[in-house]
Amino acid sequence: MTQSLATYDNYIADFLRLQERDGNAPAWLRDLRREAFERFRETGLPAARKGNEPWKYTNIAPIAGTSFAYPFPNGVRPALPDVRALAPWHDSWATLVFVNGRHAPELSRLPALGGVRVTSLARAAVEHEDVVRGHLARHASFKDGGFTALNTAFLQDGAFIEAAPDATAAAPLHLVFLTAGGNGPLVSHPRTLVVAGRDARLTVIESYLGAAGAHYLSNPVSEIVLGEGAQVDHYRLMLDGSDAYHVGLSRVYQQRDSTFTSMTFAAGPALGRNDFAVLLDAPGASCFLRGLYVTSGSQHIDNYINIDHAQPHTTSRLYYRGILDDSSRAVFGGMVLVREGAVKADAYQEDKNLLLSDKAEVDSKPSLEIYADDVKCGHGATAGAIADDAMFYMRSRGLDEKTAQVFLVKGFANEILDEVRPEPLREWLERRTLEALPHFGAAPGRGR
Amino acid sequence: MSKNGSRPLLEVRNLHVSVDETEILKGLDLEVNLGQVHAIMGPNGSGKSTLANVIAGRPGYIITEGNVYYEGEDLLKLPPDERARRGLFLAFQYPVELPGIRNREFLRTALDAIRQHRSEPKIAIREFNKLLERKALEVGFSADLVKRNVNEGFSGGEKKRNEILQLSVLDPKLALLDETDSGLDIDALKIVANGVNAFRGPQKAIVLVTHYQRVLNYITPDFVHVLIGGRIVISGGRELALELEARGYEWVREAGREPAAAAPGSPEAAE
Repeated sequence: MTQSLATYDNYIADFLRLQERDGNAPAWLRDLRREAFERFRETGLPAARKGNEPWKYTNIAPIAGTSFAYPFPNGVRPALPDVRALAPWHDSWATLVFVNGRHAPELSRLPALGGVRVTSLARAAVEHEDVVRGHLARHASFKDGGFTALNTAFLQDGAFIEAAPDATAAAPLHLVFLTAGGNGPLVSHPRTLVVAGRDARLTVIESYLGAAGAHYLSNPVSEIVLGEGAQVDHYRLMLDGSDAYHVGLSRVYQQRDSTFTSMTFAAGPALGRNDFAVLLDAPGASCFLRGLYVTSGSQHIDNYINIDHAQPHTTSRLYYRGILDDSSRAVFGGMVLVREGAVKADAYQEDKNLLLSDKAEVDSKPSLEIYADDVKCGHGATAGAIADDAMFYMRSRGLDEKTAQVFLVKGFANEILDEVRPEPLREWLERRTLEALPHFGAAPGRGR
Repeated sequence: MSKNGSRPLLEVRNLHVSVDETEILKGLDLEVNLGQVHAIMGPNGSGKSTLANVIAGRPGYIITEGNVYYEGEDLLKLPPDERARRGLFLAFQYPVELPGIRNREFLRTALDAIRQHRSEPKIAIREFNKLLERKALEVGFSADLVKRNVNEGFSGGEKKRNEILQLSVLDPKLALLDETDSGLDIDALKIVANGVNAFRGPQKAIVLVTHYQRVLNYITPDFVHVLIGGRIVISGGRELALELEARGYEWVREAGREPAAAAPGSPEAAE
C-alpha cells in the first residue's frame, strides 16, 4: 500500500457509511461496490511511478496524501446562477446537473427528447436494470486501476442516457458535474453511462466543475456504448477549479459502422488526467478524438489515450493540441493498437503544442503498435514557440504585439474548436481558452 | 516638424545593414515623395528585399550606420506595428500562412488598429463587409478565399493577391512591394498590377522591388534604381528598366565597380 494510512482510513470509513446508509440500492449494485472496494484496498492509488508506464509523467502524491471526505447529502444546494456561471449553457439543451455525483432535479432541465431516455443512474439501476447491468462497469472495469476501483466502490448515482434504435436527440444532452460544499477537501465520483442504440444519433456534453478556490478531487468514470451505425458527438470539459484535482476515465465501445467524435477540453484543474480509451470492435467503426488543453501557472494536464483497432476496416483519428504558459506541464500519451487480423485499419494521431513560456514543458509520446498487415498508420508530435515570421506578418499590418499573440493563440486553438458543432459551446470554449491564459486574458469587460 | 512638407515621405540616408555579421546594404540612399512610384531592381542577393524588410521593421537586421526617416521622423526606432499604423505597408515576398485565423477578422482588426491611430472610430461590421466585398472583387478574390484562414492552403498567386487585397483595404501612404510579381502568370500579374494602379495616387507612394522588368509594363514607375552589392549604382526613369531588359545587369555591374573600389577590402571589391 502506497498511501498514507490516514487517507486510506478515510476511504474505508466513508465506504462503510455509504453501504450502511444506501440500504435501498439493488443488491447487485451493493455487491459491485464491495468488490470494487476490495480491489481498491489491494491496489491503492497509482502513487508509484517506477515501472508504471501509464503514470510515468504524472505524480499523484498530492492526491494520495490528502484526506478527501465523501460528501453525504446535507440538503445544501448551490443556486442555479452559480452553476450556470461556471459552465457553458444553452436553454435549448437538455441539462442534467449533478452535485457531488448526485442528481439535482431542481437544477436540471429535461425537454422531451424523442426516443432518448435521460435519467439518474440511481433510478435507472432500478427501472432499467437489464440495460444498466448489461453495460455498467463492463467497459470501465474496476480492475483497470485504483481510481476506477474507488469510483465504482462509491457508485451511487450518475447520469444514464439510452437512445432507442433510430432515435435522434433533438438537442445536445449536457451533463454538469459540480463538486461543492463541505469544510475540508471533498471527493466526488461522477459516473456516466451512455448507450446509443442502432443508428441512434446524439450529442453528449460532460462538464466537470467546481468553485474557483475549492479544494477537491473529481474522479469521474464514463462508459459510452455505440450500437451498429450509431453516431455520437461527445464533449468532455475539464473546467474544475484551480485548486482541484481531476482524474477522469472514459471508455468507449463501438459496434459496426458506428461513428464516435469527441473533444476533450482541459483548462481548469491544478492536476488533471484524461484517460480515454476507445475499442473499435467491429468493421466500419470509426472514431475522431480531438483535444485542447490550455495550462498556466503550475498546472499539470495528462492525456492518456488508447485506441484499440480490434477488427478490420476500422478508422481512428487523434488530434490533440496544447497551449502552455508559465511553468505548466502537459503529458500526451497516445497509443494506437492494431490487432492481428485488423487489416485495412486506418489510424493517424497528432499532438501539437504551443509553448508560450520557456519554462513550460510537454512530454508528447504518440505511439503505434501494429500486428496486422495492410494498414495505414501515422503519427506526429510538435512543440514550439510562437513563430517569429507569423508575429512579424501580423505586426506589419498594424496589430500590436499582444493583439497579434492573442490572434495566434486563438488561431492555434481554433483548429480544434472549429470542429465543435454546437455553436454556443464553440463560442464559450473560445472565450474560456483565452481566460485560461492570464497573460493573454480575455478582452477587457468581457467577463464570464 | 514631422509634417514638414519640404521633407520627402521616405528618406534613406547612407544605410548600412548586416545580417549574421554579413553586410548586405552598404550605404544606400533613397528619397521617395508622395505621388511617386519607385522601382528597385537588381540581381538576386543584391539587397532589394533587405531594404524593403528593414523599412518595414522585420527583426533580425542590424543597422550599423545611416538613418531612415518617414515623414521626417526616425523610422528605425519604431516597432513594425507602429510603422504600419502610420501608413507603411509591406507586401511580402513570401506571405505567411496563419492557420486558424480568419482573413476577415484579421483584416478588420488591422484596419481598426490603423483607424484608431488616426483617431477614427472603429469601422462598423456591415461597412467593413461591404468594403471588403468591393475590394475583393477588384483583385479577383473569391468570397470563399475571403472566408478562409489567412493564406492557409492558398496557391502562390492567391497569396500575392491577398497581399494586394490587404493593401487596398488598409489604404496606407507608402506601399513597399517585395517581389509581388514573382511567380505570377500573366493573368495574375495583370490583376495584381491593376490593384496597385488603383491604389496609386497623389497622396500615395510606392516602392516596388522586383527582379524582372516585366511588371513595369503594367505598373509604370517614375524612377528606376538599380541595386547591386548593397548600393544603388544607377538611377533613371522608365527607360532604364528597358535597357536592363535588353542588356542585363552586367554593364551596370561594371559601372558599380567604381564606388566599390573606393571601399577596399569589402567583399564586393574582391569579387
